[in-house]
Amino acid sequence: MTGDLDDLDYLDGNAAAGPLSEFFAIDVVSARGRCAHCGRTDALATARVYPNSHGLLLRCPGCTEILLRLVDAGDRVCLDLQGLSFVELRRH
Amino acid sequence: MKTGWNVAEVIEVTQETRTARTLRLRLPGLAGHRAGQHVDVRLSAPDGYTAVRSYSVASASPGDELDLTVEELADGEVSPYLVRQVAVGDQLEVRGPVGGWFVWDPADPSPVQLIAGGSGVVPLMAMLRAHTAAAGSASPGGAAPFRLLYSVRGPDAVYYGAELDDLARLPLVDVTVVYTREAPAGSNEPPRRLDAATLVRSTLPAADNPAVFVCGATAFVETVADWLVQAGHSPARIKTERYGGTGTRP
Amino acid sequence: MGIVSPGFFGRPRRDDPGLPPGQYLTEGFPVLSAGPTPRIDPDEWEFTITTETGQVHRWSWTEFLALKQDDVSTDIHCVTSWSKLGTSWRGVSLDTLFESVESDCEFTMAHSYGGYTTNVPLDDLLGGKAWIAHEFDGEALEPAHGGPARLLVPHLYFWKSAKWVRGLEMLRQDEPGFWESNGYHMYGDPWREERYW
Repeated sequence: MTGDLDDLDYLDGNAAAGPLSEFFAIDVVSARGRCAHCGRTDALATARVYPNSHGLLLRCPGCTEILLRLVDAGDRVCLDLQGLSFVELRRH
Repeated sequence: MKTGWNVAEVIEVTQETRTARTLRLRLPGLAGHRAGQHVDVRLSAPDGYTAVRSYSVASASPGDELDLTVEELADGEVSPYLVRQVAVGDQLEVRGPVGGWFVWDPADPSPVQLIAGGSGVVPLMAMLRAHTAAAGSASPGGAAPFRLLYSVRGPDAVYYGAELDDLARLPLVDVTVVYTREAPAGSNEPPRRLDAATLVRSTLPAADNPAVFVCGATAFVETVADWLVQAGHSPARIKTERYGGTGTRP
Repeated sequence: MGIVSPGFFGRPRRDDPGLPPGQYLTEGFPVLSAGPTPRIDPDEWEFTITTETGQVHRWSWTEFLALKQDDVSTDIHCVTSWSKLGTSWRGVSLDTLFESVESDCEFTMAHSYGGYTTNVPLDDLLGGKAWIAHEFDGEALEPAHGGPARLLVPHLYFWKSAKWVRGLEMLRQDEPGFWESNGYHMYGDPWREERYW
């Protein structure tokens, strides 16, 4: 893959908290997730959100591969978690 | 946290600067929130068209009220409506407050360094206000030193100016404003871009291991986070909130 | 359906007979960015068509530019509701690229540098309806808009016009691509407003 990282059209994973709150009963952006591609494990809030897209994409800040995809189709919301091989929630 | 979309009422509007306004919302059923969180606001046109944007909460009150400070973006679709059209008594749909990562926890006794670029001061203001509230309580965070470094275009663009002046007089709080384009009248410091040396000089040292919160345009946040790491701060102690690509580097 | 915000209309949309339903006209050229922009050196660029038998037809950048070039003026419609009229492109017709290709398949999957995929029926690529475009408005296509070359299938929503395209794979059966597998329509006709499943 010939990606580079000088594009600045992204936000922090924290920006996905609202849309993801429709799926998860807890604040999932604070949870740690493991990238299915490179294995990097960190809070989802540290991933990169590409908001100017056809859907909300969360990408691994290490390898730029996709952790999560969310498409808001109006009357339905579709969530793809293929890129996350593990999620860890902390009970406070 | 309230889940899903809820209807909030605008109960007060305050002009913050020429291009920014603070909307005070009442969200029935809300019982406070965490300092640094944001809400999503959804506007619906009569033909069913909707637009959603995220705005940080500036207030830190325990009840059912929230302040959002919105900057009007030249090309914006939602912000001009919120800054110019919305009036007291209007209703808005909001989701949240959400986001449990970019938040200050009053139970954390660590010293705190806040770094804002322009409108990025909004969630950091919520943290300063929460800190002030915690200072009078048993929360360990209330006794922690709090510093704000605020990079802003000019005196006209400063949010919460009078309140920041008051906060800066508190023993635990320190506020440094860097004016990048226009200095205040009577200042003997010319306007200048924030640079790494100024950043290091006006922030808590890495040796204090402060919790650092950086918020602003994506390029600003990126650059500041790099400088902090070069100055010895642990990346794990730096939390960022990028507002997008509409700003410039420091 | 939530409450209506009085006085809010969103981006100006108009009932223009030249625009598909639900679209608004833009003079700009918005960039949708689903990730970091791939930068592909033309020396490393290639375009392939892979058939069901595994046969690979391959063009280098130089070979691709030596093919017959078409100038195309067309309207484009993005599923995020903007339309842009009378855009000018230069590129190679898929008819030209398929001249030497033997296949019984009716479906294709476009693959891009960076990993993006989108499915398009073969019929929609042939008959002067689709190109591999490498110039926009008389200039080399910028990486942000899909350069060095992108698929151009303007009669479908623009997500089908894959940026940074590197090849087409012939498929016996239709399969969903990147967005089609997560909510977007398999075909994507803007005039029938085929946005989502």
